[in-house]
Amino acid sequence: MLNFSLSDEQLALRDMVRKFVQQEIIPNAAKYDETSEFPREVINKAWEAGLMNIAIPEKFGGLGLGVLGDVIINEEMGAGCLGMTTSIAVNTLGLYPILLGGTDAQIEEFVVPFLSSPKLASFCLTEPGSGSDAGSLSTMAREEGDHFVINGSKMWITNAGHADLFTVFCSTNKELKTKGIICLAVPANLPGISLGKHENKLGQRCSDTRSITFENVKVPKSNLIGKMGEGFKIAMRTLDRTRTPIAAGAVGAARAAMNYSKNYAKERKQFGQPIANFQAIQFMLADMAVKIETARLLCYNAAWLIDNGQDEQGGYFSALAKRHSADMAMEVATDAVQIYGGYGYTKEYPVEKIMRDVKLVQIYEGTSQIQRVVIARHLLKD
Amino acid sequence: MNIIVLIKQVPDTETKVRITADKRGIETNDIKWVINPYDEFAIEEGLKTKERLKEGLVSVVTVGPDRTVEALRTAVAMGADNAIHVKTESVLDTYLVAKALAEVCKKENANIIFTGKQAIDDDQAATFGYVAELLQFPSASVVVKCDISPDKSKATVEQEGDGGAKNVIETSLPAVLAVNKGINTPRYASLPGIMKAKKKEIKTYTLTDLGLGAENSKTIDSDYQLPPERAAGKKLQGDASAQAKELVRLLREEAKVI
Amino acid sequence: MGNVFVIAEQKDGHVKRVSLEILSELTRQGVAATAVVPGFGDLSKVTDNLVNHGAAKVVVLEHEALNQYNTEAYTNALHQYLSSQNPSVIVTGATSHGKDFLPRLAAKFTTGIAVDCTSFQLSGDKVSVRRPVYAGKCSKQVEFSGAPAIFSVRPNVLAVQTGSKSGSVEKVAANPGTVKAKIVSTVASQIKKVELTEADIIISGGRSLKSADNFKILADCAATVGAAVGASRAAVDAGYAPHDMQVGQTGKTVSPKLYIACGISGAIQHLAGMRTSKVIVAINKDPEAPIFQKADYGIVGDLFEVVPLLTEELKKLKSQS
Repeated sequence: MLNFSLSDEQLALRDMVRKFVQQEIIPNAAKYDETSEFPREVINKAWEAGLMNIAIPEKFGGLGLGVLGDVIINEEMGAGCLGMTTSIAVNTLGLYPILLGGTDAQIEEFVVPFLSSPKLASFCLTEPGSGSDAGSLSTMAREEGDHFVINGSKMWITNAGHADLFTVFCSTNKELKTKGIICLAVPANLPGISLGKHENKLGQRCSDTRSITFENVKVPKSNLIGKMGEGFKIAMRTLDRTRTPIAAGAVGAARAAMNYSKNYAKERKQFGQPIANFQAIQFMLADMAVKIETARLLCYNAAWLIDNGQDEQGGYFSALAKRHSADMAMEVATDAVQIYGGYGYTKEYPVEKIMRDVKLVQIYEGTSQIQRVVIARHLLKD
Repeated sequence: MNIIVLIKQVPDTETKVRITADKRGIETNDIKWVINPYDEFAIEEGLKTKERLKEGLVSVVTVGPDRTVEALRTAVAMGADNAIHVKTESVLDTYLVAKALAEVCKKENANIIFTGKQAIDDDQAATFGYVAELLQFPSASVVVKCDISPDKSKATVEQEGDGGAKNVIETSLPAVLAVNKGINTPRYASLPGIMKAKKKEIKTYTLTDLGLGAENSKTIDSDYQLPPERAAGKKLQGDASAQAKELVRLLREEAKVI
Repeated sequence: MGNVFVIAEQKDGHVKRVSLEILSELTRQGVAATAVVPGFGDLSKVTDNLVNHGAAKVVVLEHEALNQYNTEAYTNALHQYLSSQNPSVIVTGATSHGKDFLPRLAAKFTTGIAVDCTSFQLSGDKVSVRRPVYAGKCSKQVEFSGAPAIFSVRPNVLAVQTGSKSGSVEKVAANPGTVKAKIVSTVASQIKKVELTEADIIISGGRSLKSADNFKILADCAATVGAAVGASRAAVDAGYAPHDMQVGQTGKTVSPKLYIACGISGAIQHLAGMRTSKVIVAINKDPEAPIFQKADYGIVGDLFEVVPLLTEELKKLKSQS
């Protein structure tokens, strides 16, 4: 039967994250945005509080939290700072390929160490020439005896500058297209790996984003995650699970923008009264609420479907969730700046940062345009 | 070593207080319940004490209706070993709560008892002393540092006194220590902790189990009132010297803030 | 009304003002009370003071161990005496000592206790008190079942009135009992900078201070009441105060009991940072300054003239306590 309430455990989880965000993320958000410094201390504290690597199954000593738990955590963190949320949450993206496609021995070797110290992992799929066209990889892995040798470059890789492990998607044979792609677990300290500079971005500025160049990087064959040619499928299955939590982050950011602008509207007086009395403002706030509530419902629905093994419906709903959450968050944040007027346009007030941060959600983890392609494809199937 | 922490579940500090129709309390339907902030410091001090001594068990106790079990679970999620619930639907006064807590501490063979200096709903700041006297243990409140001797027979604590002074108090154990903000930084209930706490068995007592079935509170609350509306501001008259004098008088006698 | 006892607090021959406040109120209510003072040595100034403020009788509980405050010694001595006196009411000030021993004393009597009351009413045989709860967001009336009714009164609320009365003074040998916890040393407070977000009282300055040096005028005023000093954004931007003193939208949000804004116009950004202060005082040369709309008390005047005078008045007040 339909039940719209969170369990006691989920509420406890939400409250704990909310408290963490209040105390650790919100007070530091503006500072890290200004300097674009990597929020290492906050990440370490999040790790200590058990907020990272939540998908590692219980049998390996992890929490085995499903997508819904991830969604709850990401919405709360998104309400604090999307840049830090990305920095904290992206490990799940980096480790999922191994959790989904790797053997138990590989999970023990590559993933379990993340439970004993705050290590970082980066998911390496995107390339300078391969964004939405994710299957058209140019990074090549050729077999050489017991090893794969990787050559190529990746682009826009989150946490690249601080990662201990890269999960890298390479092609072994371009002619096989997506069927030629493999997934390799690549320790970050291997020779031949060089990093680009930390990109100077519009938003989510504290999130470390770099290019990575692989020059004859030798990786043992035992680091192959899944079988030959399975890499693309592993990547897609991973993204199916992380897409919704990313969307939830945008829901959190939008919620924060709405709350800030609502409170401001109650205090700011023009024409002898609070601007919250004017319908123009009220309608903006009302529309914000509709957008946020519907986006959250889509996220919960998608998460529930995936957690209950309904991968296909889950994939479809996660595309709905991502497309709606990202786009509505951008609208909400823009309107929030509008409500603040001139003040909102300055860094003295928190809403312009939200607007800059949220723009990225429309681009990464599948652009809003790609989400529409996926949704339409699903609709037109029958 | 049996480390007992007495905690209370209270309305969140941001709660907007609405008085019930019968004026005997506040409306509780929309309230967000939290662990009394001062008791969080107490839980942390209990956990730290166990870590420093490398031995002992931390048990948290609370008195209240079923919703208060959530507070116990959060404490367990922070790392407490045992949780004890004295279940009651009524609101008990300091006397009866202290009696119940003292009975539990006796059953648990408490070696040291931590609690917060006051609960932020009733603001009595009296439970610590009441419990201590019922148990015939020494006590100290407003404690901001606690060191236990290696043989666990005594504790040396720092107490915040008036005007920023600090008293160093030596006490034998067992003792009741009521802690203040500043003693430590409470750890987060970790996510794994929250998951484990959900399955934790809670020891439950009723007042009857504790031999208190026939007892009643000894104070009766009534006539809850909101403070008077903030009057419009007044501009003071006279020359600067007269204004300064008048301001100080008003701040002391009318506003009562100095 | 049966036997009413006020536990009076003294230190070094000086009576704590709240004890006199309680006696004054009892006098106003026509209730005869006995003041009980634990102590040692020559306490004649104390007992005179108590009699002058309405104590019908003063009983000094005398023992060397009561020379300095000790939780158990005071509790034991008080209980030993009071339990033999059939008390109906036992009241003391809600000072740090009062809040420390009174709960233990109430436990010895196994009665109810009401702490930090802002008023009390003793009429006929009924005792009722009123006390703030939920951090002062509301107050409630408390009545007692059984005797004695034990409660403490918040200092600085009830008015003191002198009246030379006649009252007897008696000395009783006290028994401090066993003591398991002792103060072994006291470290006086170092002049620590009061953290802005924790301060009970804040004095803030705006651009009108005109220089960083002039902030000393505010610091001197703050020192009299242990207040913190804040600044508006305009003052910080002009270099008169460091950023960590900034109160406002982009500085710190504060919620003290008392906020005194000196030479601050009251722009919305500053107000956002201190709006929830319990009492707001504004001192500004400009009678049209928006801050006067938000202030509970306003002084239209030159802060350079008013603030030093305020400092003097506060010093005077402090010495009376």
